[in-house]
Amino acid sequence: MKIIFDKSIQGRRGATLPQLEPGIDAQLKIDKRYLRAQPAELPELSELDVMRHFTELSNRNFGVDSGFYPLGSCTMKYNPKICEKVAALEGFAGLHPFLPQLPQGSQLTQGALEVIYELETLLCEISGMAACTLQPLAGAHGELCGMSLIAAYHRGRGNTDKKEILIPDEAHGTNPASAVGVGFVTKPVPTDPKTGRLDITALKGMINDHTAGIMLTNPNTLGIFNSEIDQVVELAHSHGALVYYDGANLNAVLGAFRPGDADIDVMHINLHKTFATPHGCGGPGSGPVCVRENLVEYLPISRVVKKQDNTFALDYNQPKSIGYTAPFYGSFLVYLKAYVYILSLGKQGLIEASQHAVLNANYLMNMLKGDYELPYDRRCMHEFVLSASKQAKQGVHALDIAKALIDRGFHPPTVYFPLIVKEAIMIEPTETESKETLDAFIQAMKEIAAAAQSDPKSLNAAPVNTRISRPDEVQAARGMDFNLGLQNE
Amino acid sequence: MSYISNTANQSQEMLAACGLSAMEDLFQDIPARLKPQSFNLPEAMSELEVHRHLKRMAGKNATNLTCFLGGGYYEHFIPAAVDAATMRSEFYTAYTPYQPEISQGTLQAVYEYQTQVCRLTSMDVSNASLYDGSTALYEACQMALNATGRARIIVDGGVNPIYCKILESYMANHAEIKLTKIPAAPGQAQRDKIKAALCDETAVLVLQNPNFFGTVDDHSDLVEKCHKRSVLVIQLVYPIAMALLKTPGELGVDIAIGEGQSLGIPLSFGGPYLGFLAATKNLVRKMPGRLVGRTVDRNGKECFVLTLQAREQHIRRDKAISNICTNQALCALRAHVYMSLMGREGLRELAGICHARAEFAKERFKQIPGVLVLENAPTFNEFTLQLPKKADAVVGELVQRGIVPGLPLGRFYPEMENYLLVAVTEMRTKAEICKLAESLESVL
Repeated sequence: MKIIFDKSIQGRRGATLPQLEPGIDAQLKIDKRYLRAQPAELPELSELDVMRHFTELSNRNFGVDSGFYPLGSCTMKYNPKICEKVAALEGFAGLHPFLPQLPQGSQLTQGALEVIYELETLLCEISGMAACTLQPLAGAHGELCGMSLIAAYHRGRGNTDKKEILIPDEAHGTNPASAVGVGFVTKPVPTDPKTGRLDITALKGMINDHTAGIMLTNPNTLGIFNSEIDQVVELAHSHGALVYYDGANLNAVLGAFRPGDADIDVMHINLHKTFATPHGCGGPGSGPVCVRENLVEYLPISRVVKKQDNTFALDYNQPKSIGYTAPFYGSFLVYLKAYVYILSLGKQGLIEASQHAVLNANYLMNMLKGDYELPYDRRCMHEFVLSASKQAKQGVHALDIAKALIDRGFHPPTVYFPLIVKEAIMIEPTETESKETLDAFIQAMKEIAAAAQSDPKSLNAAPVNTRISRPDEVQAARGMDFNLGLQNE
Repeated sequence: MSYISNTANQSQEMLAACGLSAMEDLFQDIPARLKPQSFNLPEAMSELEVHRHLKRMAGKNATNLTCFLGGGYYEHFIPAAVDAATMRSEFYTAYTPYQPEISQGTLQAVYEYQTQVCRLTSMDVSNASLYDGSTALYEACQMALNATGRARIIVDGGVNPIYCKILESYMANHAEIKLTKIPAAPGQAQRDKIKAALCDETAVLVLQNPNFFGTVDDHSDLVEKCHKRSVLVIQLVYPIAMALLKTPGELGVDIAIGEGQSLGIPLSFGGPYLGFLAATKNLVRKMPGRLVGRTVDRNGKECFVLTLQAREQHIRRDKAISNICTNQALCALRAHVYMSLMGREGLRELAGICHARAEFAKERFKQIPGVLVLENAPTFNEFTLQLPKKADAVVGELVQRGIVPGLPLGRFYPEMENYLLVAVTEMRTKAEICKLAESLESVL
């Protein structure tokens, strides 16, 4: 398929623009020395050309609406269409973010401020935490915000020695980079090979007066719930350390466990996972941060407050705040969709979402564990991790299995993550998938396991039913072809 | 309204297959002492009810304003085809293109987006997007610190004050990094103050064009000065203005960043937006975020793939150059569709319209007694007015009449409480500009 710039025809136009009214001088009032020498060589296309191009590109993609997408750790659930319809309402999409900061301005955005206030309240109740900020723009951005809160907390207490963050090796990939981004040093805590959970004895040996905090993911990336989480929290608190809860896996525990009830200090929630906002080819996301009482005063500015007359306003008077983490109030149109989702499902719907997510995962795990190695053979939560170690002996690796699934019409699970499982295949079906879909996936996985024994080479060749075969990644890194050069270069 | 497909019978069958009888059995790992102390949430709403409810809330927001607000975030018209193309669910319900064989749509689109950004800014390499312009500044500063091994950042007074605030809150955690802020003043970059601030520990100078006050500048002398001392330069640019103005690439800037909201992304009450970041070739391995490269598949067929992932958090963990994972792919796609529709001539013409209307507004406002248009240098589509009284009072009064005359600057700079920043895009007609002028006359 041609690159869009190669479809360009000189003089073709894809957009119409308004004419200047009589009396407005079209002459440029900027001296030539400030102007670019040549126009930007953007493509010249008609609207139809553009629509055909992007329609063709979309045909080369695979989304949740295309088929089963059991990408572990990413919670690829169905994205309800009502959320998109609401987000397109002019009363939300058209609002300039400076409006409520103007004198008399908050009256212009009461509906939007109410959405923020109400959603923060709902997320606090769902998580059991005391307060929430919707500002962080994605999960990793939430981690950065949460780590900043922990840093500010310790600074506020003069705890200058607290420089280390302990992170279990079964935690999410972003965690160490987020802690380092705030100036901490990270140390990995091993997983107990028997339980698949954080090794609490090892943790006891590592925690000391330098420990600023611990980052937990529960259920962890193996899909296992740590029932000792309250003891971990107690241990941390007894050393003056705070506990961060990575809420990436919250879809497993809605109405079944609230981090706040275990005295977690700070957490983020990935709205694009648990609360069904679309992943959009990789973003935008939204990563609200919730805190316990001890961190409320450090939350980023601004905060939305409800006044006595039941109107809403922005509050910038937060002297201990970590300051601005986003230019305004976060990814408003993203979390608006999460708000619509929560209202649609209601209390019972949210509880059932987690129940079905966990049931779907356990069903798949039980049906597949005869064919693939299951390193941690115990009940799982919303996801589980298989290993292709059996198949690897025949020369069929996790990547081959992933590609063979593509040939059979499925998006592959996450592979080679978590790092603590060799040949990892991390499967998260989500609650919205039906038994028929799961059964078809089981069938495909079984066929692949059989082919690994009978005809391993066929799997090494996969995928064969796609528009391209496996890309040459070495060539990509070496060639450094990141954009189409200009002809005169 | 629930989106679960399985019926009660199917769930029972599946539970039985797991050797369980009830849903609660699935949660036995959660001990009783950890069960929720409360879960007090509203009852479910039907799609109709939820739509009505949200429409009512949207109705509490003002939509019929004549608005001259800018400050880095601009109301531009969005062609219908932008929504039609990007709302294809093969795009918006997909995730990061980890599986290139079924993600060529995303990957090619990102490659094309990277090309659009490079052509707009005349830079060598663009990444796949960052959260927004302000966090792009933070990431660009990290890049520069990393590349130079030096510790001081100098930020010109013309840089958006919100961006500065965000930079300050991140830097608060890094005592080793030092920030010099050149005092803000409307007009071009204050050369003498910047040159005086440059020192051997300076890693990077941050400039903005047009700057926060709307002033257009030619920073080539500053770039030259910086490069002589091995100091890098970040330039923050407004993408629509790039259709006309001298580009960061032409100026020799090392890292160009900006807010891509103007490129087909609605104002959305603050987000999601789009941070773009493009750099010179030699800085590519220091770049944060995703990067798509062109390569070939096993059969020699041209294709696209995520590349140089060794920079990223999921591979390098604590050694990664940034923690960014999720980016703004769908917003970048919107910008790409928008630029494709506008095209070479369309974007230039659009920039010309914004500029012409803003110039008309300047001329008209000059006729208002007591109003001063600050113009010791050219402006693009935004300019600063000095009013004979507090801008807050003027704005407060006009907002009641449905006109938002601009952004009062006293909120950011206490010494500028009579200053008003006015933005004019293609959305504002001659009649509306005249109406604003008359309204100003009536309250001043």
